[in-house]
Amino acid sequence: MPDDVVNLTIDGVPVSVPKGTLVIEAAKQAGVLVPHYCYHPGLPVAGLCRMCLVEIEKQPKLAIACATQATEGMVVKTQAEQAKRARTSVLEFLLINHPLDCPICDQAGECELQDFTFQEGRPATRYSPDYAKRFNPVEDFGPDVLYVPNRCILCTRCVRFMEDVAKEPVLNVSERGDRAYIGIHPDERLDHPWAGNVVDLCPVGSLLSKDFLHKARAWELDKTAAVCTGCSQGCNVTLDTRENVVVRVRPRPNLEVNRYFICDHGRMNYRWMNRGDRIEAPLVRRDGELRATDWDEAVEHVATRLRGAAGRAVALVSPRASTEALFLARELLGGGGAGLDWTGAFQVVMGEEAPLPGVPDLALRAERAPNGTGAELLGYRRDYPAVLAAAESAAVVLVLDEPEVAVRTAGALIYVGTVLPEGARGAEAVLPIANVAEEDGTFVNRDGRVQRYFQAKPAPGMARPAWWVLSELLVTLRRGEHLASASAAFDVLAERVAPFAGLSYSSVGLVGQRVSVGAGVPA
Amino acid sequence: MGYPHKPHPKETVLLSKHFGEVDARTYKGWVKRGGYEVLHQVLTMEPSKVTDVVKESGLRGRGGAGFPTGLKWSFMPKEKKKPHYLCVNADESEPGTFKDREIMRWTPHALLEGTAVAAHAIQAEVAYIYIRGEFTEPYAIMERALTEANAAGVFGKIKIHLHRGAGAYICGEETALMNSIEGKRGNPRIKPPFPAAFGVFGMPTTINNVETLAAVPHILQNGAAWYKRLALSSPKSTGTKLFSVCGHIQKPGNYEVTMGFPLKDLLYELCGGMPPGRTLKACIPGGSSVPILNREESERCLLDYEGVVEQGSMLGSGGVIVFDDSADMVYQIMRLARFYAHESCAQCTQCREGTAWATKILERILAGQGKAADLDLLLDLSENMTGKTICVLSDSCAAPIVSGIKKFGSEFEAYLSGKKHPVLAA
Repeated sequence: MPDDVVNLTIDGVPVSVPKGTLVIEAAKQAGVLVPHYCYHPGLPVAGLCRMCLVEIEKQPKLAIACATQATEGMVVKTQAEQAKRARTSVLEFLLINHPLDCPICDQAGECELQDFTFQEGRPATRYSPDYAKRFNPVEDFGPDVLYVPNRCILCTRCVRFMEDVAKEPVLNVSERGDRAYIGIHPDERLDHPWAGNVVDLCPVGSLLSKDFLHKARAWELDKTAAVCTGCSQGCNVTLDTRENVVVRVRPRPNLEVNRYFICDHGRMNYRWMNRGDRIEAPLVRRDGELRATDWDEAVEHVATRLRGAAGRAVALVSPRASTEALFLARELLGGGGAGLDWTGAFQVVMGEEAPLPGVPDLALRAERAPNGTGAELLGYRRDYPAVLAAAESAAVVLVLDEPEVAVRTAGALIYVGTVLPEGARGAEAVLPIANVAEEDGTFVNRDGRVQRYFQAKPAPGMARPAWWVLSELLVTLRRGEHLASASAAFDVLAERVAPFAGLSYSSVGLVGQRVSVGAGVPA
Repeated sequence: MGYPHKPHPKETVLLSKHFGEVDARTYKGWVKRGGYEVLHQVLTMEPSKVTDVVKESGLRGRGGAGFPTGLKWSFMPKEKKKPHYLCVNADESEPGTFKDREIMRWTPHALLEGTAVAAHAIQAEVAYIYIRGEFTEPYAIMERALTEANAAGVFGKIKIHLHRGAGAYICGEETALMNSIEGKRGNPRIKPPFPAAFGVFGMPTTINNVETLAAVPHILQNGAAWYKRLALSSPKSTGTKLFSVCGHIQKPGNYEVTMGFPLKDLLYELCGGMPPGRTLKACIPGGSSVPILNREESERCLLDYEGVVEQGSMLGSGGVIVFDDSADMVYQIMRLARFYAHESCAQCTQCREGTAWATKILERILAGQGKAADLDLLLDLSENMTGKTICVLSDSCAAPIVSGIKKFGSEFEAYLSGKKHPVLAA
């Protein structure tokens, strides 16, 4: 038996965990979720809510699973009568000062106090209605955070996040005893670029997002795994949609990328996914005007243009486009049989870098686009102005969802995008595509990690994912096979582009995988 | 006692010998009384030898827990890899306890000497004496004494700092005290890690009570065997102990007796008994945090760690609170609960919510509006508040409630049944 592993039993289930593992984490391996409030794997242990009390054989008192290390031969019983009684009593204590305002509380439905009370709470309170409940007014903590002290259970996750992770200790526990509440420094606001995480961390409805306030009930939300498009860090997120409208972005844990957190920039970067001014039908130029048509005709129209083209071809692409779309755009203009002299480029909006000091290598990156690395790996250049200038004399210019486009070209302009900017109105054809929330795809983050995102809502009208549009063009040009899915498009990419060799959607999975080292990954 | 009364013949005055002598507060006066002789010897001794003597003496912590002092010192790393610290707990805040205050008021050098001896034993260069914020007079006296002693250079390379608390009971809990010294909110820490491994500023730390350290020089001067003989009952409880007696008693004050001294004699002989015409009803023997003894238990009780436990309570800090037959035990218990509810640091759920809830129930009973189920509820809450939290403040609130209901249930019943007139407004 290796020295660095200990074996223990949790509720009768034997597990082996690395030495130093906390009982609460070991229990997860045994399929047991020990109820808890103050514990969070991304924060220092506080051990104060006392909710995770469990019985451990040969120990005289109940122990808190969040601060007890697993040891060899330990026998943990989370369902022991006295442990259950103790946790039920903690719930009762937590509820005596907690308002029963679940019907108007944003947290309802995803509230850990509701969940564990349902699981092992008392059916009725013994706290007499004669006794007052603690009351403090709602406080405005910062740009996106409201504090509702009446619902607070003083778990201090928010305090510890600001102190130990954000390293900007503006929150504290003020007062003592049952008068305690979360206080904010009188001269400070909760406006750290990562402050919004306190809302996710709050196990109850005490810290609320103003942006999400009273917008939806938790049980109405559909949740989709996605990757943040706010910068090149590639934080894993969940898109919450309600009736096909994205209403919230929350972090999705990925220990390699963003642990449990996302920045406020990323959190607020979703409204454009719902914009209503989308192109909903393919448009082709006939008699000098863009006219709506069906996909068959549109694809044929573009294919005809490409068949006859010779000379220079330019692709101006968005670094927010999927790796699959970027690859197929390159195949279309520069692939074998295209007969064109291909150049591609992208431009990235830059902003201020904002690190989360408590987590190494995690920041809102200056490069505010999710797939710059993917574009580079596929041969797209960063010298956008030069390539834009070259577009003037190109035979074909393909624009892939670049909204800032203002192309002057003597050749055929093919615009593939979600919305139709003024600068693309001279296009030969306009092909409507799905946005990031409406398709499956991958991005490659700044560390060369390929990460998948999933379709969260349908695309409007006739818009199709870019990989589908581009692959149909290749099929019509007899230069490619029909592709049934983004996954199939990725398989072709992995076959043809060295750094992606050996990768597939199933191997990338939900946590991502790095492209081959040494295969042209930008430093 | 020594102050304000002369010691009673049955007292064994060791720590309180110079109480009342203003001259003993000065460095010169202390040296004249033999002070700092022991320290000079100790500073030349091997630290582990000092610890061995204290271990052998059987001295146990006088702050409340009664942990063997020498054993505690021996937990410090033998090989010193990081700075070691000594913390002196002078945050005496336990209701009914006022012995450390008198030690600091009258014999500040006794504490300083004991502190330096302990610091040497655990190889600490720095000692913090954490003095309760409200102790303005003891602080001023300690400060003067420290200045004089420093001027005389008696501490060698040991540096002693005085640190004032800001008025929180919980800062007397050892890990909360360390947080407070560090400038943080005085919240108790979860253990492990224990202070000997990770104490103040994350360094190996020992923390001792004022009275414990004041006894140390006597042990080193007279030997462990001599100290061990100071025991009237259990051999596991040695030395003398100061008892702060207050409440319904003729002569309240600090009395120093040998371990194992009968509580009955302390109350009736040394303290002159109850006020005229009154009889003893109850007694809290070890500060407000320990279970209440009724009259029979009190009169049987021997004052050492084992003797008090035998009667169902604890020796605690030695704060003896006396209640005569005029006392309203329900009210007294409510006052204690209210104190703990006020002082809870608000970390642990049971303590933060439980102490306040229990207080509300007790207040409602005193307002004549209690419900029949309230006593069972109080007992159940108390059980849920015991043994489940970071520190023992929650347990301390529960202890008098449980023992009070058990031993003085009829007084609760009188309020519940309406036989007794409400004393609080609804």
